[in-house]
Amino acid sequence: MASTQSTIRIVPAGHTKRAKSDLMRQRLRAAGWFLVPMLIALAIVAGWPLLRTIYFSFTNASLTNLYGAEWVGFKNYLNWTVLKSGRVIWSGLLSDPAWWNAVWNTVRFSIISVTLETILGTVVALVLNAEFKGRGLVRAAILIPWAIPTIVSARMWGWMLNDQFGIINDVLLTFGLIDHKIAWTASSDTAMIAVLIVDVWKTTPFMALLILAGLQMIPRDIYEAAALDGVHPVKTFWKVTLPLVRPALMVAVIFRLLDAMRIFDLIYVLTPNSSQTKTISVLARENLIDFDKFAYGSAQSTMLFLIIALMTILYIWLGKVRFDGGDR
Amino acid sequence: MLWSYTKTASFYLLVAIIVLVSVFPFYYAILTSFKSGTALFEINYLPTHFSLDNYIAVLTTGVFVRNLGNSILVASSVVVLALFLAVTAAFALARVSFRGRGLLLMTILAVSMFPQIAVLAGLFELVRAFGLFNTPFALIFSYTIFTLPFTVWVLTTFMRDLPVEIEEAAIVDGASPWVIITKVFMPLMWPALVTTGLLAFIAAWNEFLFALTFTSSNETRTVPVAIALLSGASQYEIPWGRIMAASVIVTVPLVALVLIFQRKIVQGLTAGGVKG
Repeated sequence: MASTQSTIRIVPAGHTKRAKSDLMRQRLRAAGWFLVPMLIALAIVAGWPLLRTIYFSFTNASLTNLYGAEWVGFKNYLNWTVLKSGRVIWSGLLSDPAWWNAVWNTVRFSIISVTLETILGTVVALVLNAEFKGRGLVRAAILIPWAIPTIVSARMWGWMLNDQFGIINDVLLTFGLIDHKIAWTASSDTAMIAVLIVDVWKTTPFMALLILAGLQMIPRDIYEAAALDGVHPVKTFWKVTLPLVRPALMVAVIFRLLDAMRIFDLIYVLTPNSSQTKTISVLARENLIDFDKFAYGSAQSTMLFLIIALMTILYIWLGKVRFDGGDR
Repeated sequence: MLWSYTKTASFYLLVAIIVLVSVFPFYYAILTSFKSGTALFEINYLPTHFSLDNYIAVLTTGVFVRNLGNSILVASSVVVLALFLAVTAAFALARVSFRGRGLLLMTILAVSMFPQIAVLAGLFELVRAFGLFNTPFALIFSYTIFTLPFTVWVLTTFMRDLPVEIEEAAIVDGASPWVIITKVFMPLMWPALVTTGLLAFIAAWNEFLFALTFTSSNETRTVPVAIALLSGASQYEIPWGRIMAASVIVTVPLVALVLIFQRKIVQGLTAGGVKG
């Protein structure tokens, strides 16, 4: 390598410049060719289907009649008819209680689960950032919930939360925390709690790992300096650790939040048919496929897309987070 | 002195709780999977029964083995496809500066945040139009939406960190971009490829919504759907033993892979995430 470098140096300046611009052009052309397959693939699996979903939401398409669909404007979103008596009847998803129930469930689930996961994830990350014997083992252990497929965890917890034979009820009864067996997944007051328990169990490790990566970028001497100055560890956490880990924490939170907003599989398997946990994704799929209200389901999917897109834009705008990584 | 002991003790208590909560559900699933008959409905905290009935039932009756095959086929094809498309794209995004690069990366990231349900209707139409409905190809095709952006993203962050000198030396030796990727970068990229490939494999292996929607017969289903739809003779007779056995079969290889590659996986998961 040393010899090639010395060759560069002896080439006259003008020559290098020309060679360089040729090279740049060649590289740009190659870059273009390298990007095209990926862009085409993404356009086919993401761009086009998204546009079609939005299109379907403005039609009266049904599963059996995808192509004969007629344009109906915003009818699937909001529509009204004035009866002879002067009464106005509203229709469309914006006047549909089932839709608002799903929105409420989705928001409630996302906010509670992400809050709990952030707090618990921070605790786990702080533990893993400390030096102690068996740290590797603990890290391996927390990876297990992450590695288990969501469907499997839904089934596993469904069994553990079973009202008659579930181990959770048994533990709680033994410790006297409850006085009768609870039908966690079936009862309407606890269905959401059951979903939250499983989701927090499954995704806290991911949060913890992201926060841990942030923690490990904080130089150790800052802590040493704080300790030397006699700053209380709790104060060090609030004044030093938290501000420094904030960027990593914010990215983790937004990733999780966007992920939580689209939750489908856990709820579909753990608490099927419960209106207390039905989220937008579950409701939209039900309409799209099971109820043969393809256009109506498309409208709900489109709304979810809009909500998530708006959240992302707002977040980037407010947080001024640089997702592009930029040139460093 | 006493204070410091209590502090150490409570720290280890916390560690113990974390480990117990993380591991117990899977341990309990394994425990349940070895129970059969009425033993299933006794609550035990320690292994008391050992019977392979559930495993035999899952593997010999029904089409679970076929489902496993489908999952392996789909997940591996998705990985190969995504890595192939992503390596070259990542080179362009990481090593060549051109106008709109930041915007492009942003778009790719945006795609990975798409709610899957938003493309479900459009993909459903495409899958039917291409005649892929109820075949593994429908899944290989549609899974690109979440594996490709992710692999491109992680490989780009990784490739950006490769030293520029290596590339310069190759350019001086007259290597074309294609040669640089295949002969110079690829050997250096194996760790990153293994990590991203593994993460893409896990994502494809676990996917549920598309698998549920784009397949309709027992023979073409992947394992998550098969496990979700595993049911007994009646709605009230859920075969928990068999469900747990199937769950263990599906999960053990994943947990093993994750534990073997844990360092790499943690790196891959956090790449791009923390640099924000």
